[in-house]
Amino acid sequence: MTNQINWEFPQALEDEAIYILRETVAQFEKPVLLFSGGKDSITLVRLAQKAFYPGKIPFSLLHVDTGHNFPETIQFRDWLVNTLGLDIIIRNVQDSINQGKAQEETGKYASRNALQTVTLLDAIEEGKFDACIGGARRDEEKARAKERIFSVRDEFGQWNAKMQRPELFDILNGKINIGENVRVFPISNWTELDVWNYIVREKLEIPSIYFSHEREIIERDGLYWPYSSFLNTTADEVPFRQKVRFRTVGDMTCTAAVLSEADKLEDIIAEIMEAKISERGARIDDKRSEAAMEKRKQAGYF
Amino acid sequence: MEVLRIATSGSVDDGKSTLIGRLLYDTNSIPQDKMEALHAASKRKGLDFTDLSLLTDGLVAEREQGITIDVAHIYFSTPTRKYIIADTPGHIEYTRNMVTGASNAQVSLILIDARRGIVEQTHRHFFIANLLRIPYLVVCVNKMDLVDYSEARFNQIVEDFQQMLDNAGFKGQEVKFIPISSLYGENVASRTGAINWYNGSTLLEYLEQVSFDHEDRNHPARFPIQSVIRPRTTEYHDFRGFAGKVASGHFSVGDEVVSLPSGQKSRIKTIEQFEKQLTVAHARESVVITLEGEIDSSRGNMLVKTNEIPQQLKEISANICWMDQLPLAAGKTYLLQHGVNRVKAKVQQINYVTDVTNHVQVTDKTSMALNDIGRITLKTAAPVFADPYEQNPANGAFILIDEFNNTTVAVGFIE
Repeated sequence: MTNQINWEFPQALEDEAIYILRETVAQFEKPVLLFSGGKDSITLVRLAQKAFYPGKIPFSLLHVDTGHNFPETIQFRDWLVNTLGLDIIIRNVQDSINQGKAQEETGKYASRNALQTVTLLDAIEEGKFDACIGGARRDEEKARAKERIFSVRDEFGQWNAKMQRPELFDILNGKINIGENVRVFPISNWTELDVWNYIVREKLEIPSIYFSHEREIIERDGLYWPYSSFLNTTADEVPFRQKVRFRTVGDMTCTAAVLSEADKLEDIIAEIMEAKISERGARIDDKRSEAAMEKRKQAGYF
Repeated sequence: MEVLRIATSGSVDDGKSTLIGRLLYDTNSIPQDKMEALHAASKRKGLDFTDLSLLTDGLVAEREQGITIDVAHIYFSTPTRKYIIADTPGHIEYTRNMVTGASNAQVSLILIDARRGIVEQTHRHFFIANLLRIPYLVVCVNKMDLVDYSEARFNQIVEDFQQMLDNAGFKGQEVKFIPISSLYGENVASRTGAINWYNGSTLLEYLEQVSFDHEDRNHPARFPIQSVIRPRTTEYHDFRGFAGKVASGHFSVGDEVVSLPSGQKSRIKTIEQFEKQLTVAHARESVVITLEGEIDSSRGNMLVKTNEIPQQLKEISANICWMDQLPLAAGKTYLLQHGVNRVKAKVQQINYVTDVTNHVQVTDKTSMALNDIGRITLKTAAPVFADPYEQNPANGAFILIDEFNNTTVAVGFIE
């Protein structure tokens, strides 16, 4: 069987996501949208714009800046916030490190991916946010496949996989106890392809690193790593220039590039459909163990 | 593109996870790196074949025990459709997860081990599919390879199932039987030639042609209000729109509507979807509706057409599935959430608890335990505007919330 591409976005998914966003605003006192600058959170911003139109988006964005972001992502973030007139709160992992709450990893695989949980939980407490809207999708990873749309977390941000509330029909129960908060996932039922088709349909702008460009990379463990001052390299890891693009946007220390000539959205979609590697396969942070994501979720990672 | 939602259930070792793995594999939905991880994991377990079931068992506890604990959502698509599978546990102690997974499904897929035939859990799965009134039921008789692909064995199981259907099926339910071997892929997405006496469609062929005629679009029009949008900007100074998702039926510009519970009448001025103006909104579409003149409406209220008013209930008789460790107690007050509306509700009486296997009603119960299914009577603090679940599922279900710990403790289907 060959893969034929269906370019049509399933409208039911947008209706569902808008319904979820409206429930979030109605049921919680202070929701916030976790914004990473990646395509999924850009999609969320668009959905929020539509859900409350002609009113304004009734919540802020929260960006946990690890300090290891692609500069292109940060530029894009600032552009989007200015263009749409959004409120954004930025919290830095560097501050958590300076306060002694988080410790920098060492070695050639060092990344700040796990550290951002500390900064995130502090920001949630500081802002008294009772609902954090995130762009996670169930097709990304098998622990995420089990997550509810309203996912209750305890005071420490922990996810208890075995004690999840039943979620029936489209009835969402956002009632929580003091200290608890909820992670809300409006695009739970979208796949990577759905997101791309939506970006095409809505003509959304995305950071330039999603498109093919030339940059310095190194090869490690069969993956292409973006070369930067944040990456600890060994003597035999010599950077070279190559045409690549990124399929997901994480930190420069934990997001692998794919060799690609795709410089248009249509080419990207065609590439995804043929791709031999899954989306999170290019996420080095998931490769740490078979249960890497589940462990991070239990610890409060969103 | 249409989205088809499927719920799967099966007992331990029915091969449910293998079947789903097979569907993904045969539709080219497994990327190479995931496939390699599967090979490696199968090897570590000492298996001499690639265990496709490892694809779906996501939690550490599930991989350890080789069972499915929670609902997993799995996605694949063909050129015609997007599929969402809610893969639910088959064990009796996870009935609540089964109901959760099935609550959004248009197709219920029941697996039967050809060697064992109908077992206690088949009754339970069938009962749940009926309770939720899922219109399409696909019965996959699996592991046909282990009964020498015997036609007689398949026919026997079909006959036994037919008996269950005669006793408890509902009108409009479509049932399809397919003999399969998920391990070898027979009749899942293709034919291997092992079964030559079956000329019907494969599972995937069947799913591709299931017609969902959008029955809920022909039901009475119901619009539960999620929120009121009032921008109060210069441009939209007087704008007052009701945001919500059409639960059932459809609304058109110019329709005369009533807001419940106030009973105030008005006419639909506009139906808006972001910057687009629509003339009609159908079931499951998220829109903003504006009305002629000012009427008193807010979150939890419902707009309906003047000639299709739902019943106003203060006493509710409903089938429920109890989902909490703490048992339901007669006389206790819970929060009832019907769509986006919450009211206090007191359990007046437990009418009976159903023995699902034997379809017997046990009447002398004073409490209901986790996973029990039964009939109760509730008294609500304010009227609920609902339809009987059988007639209009989108406006006939509710959940109960425990006010002390805020968890969802039951799902109910209004009689």
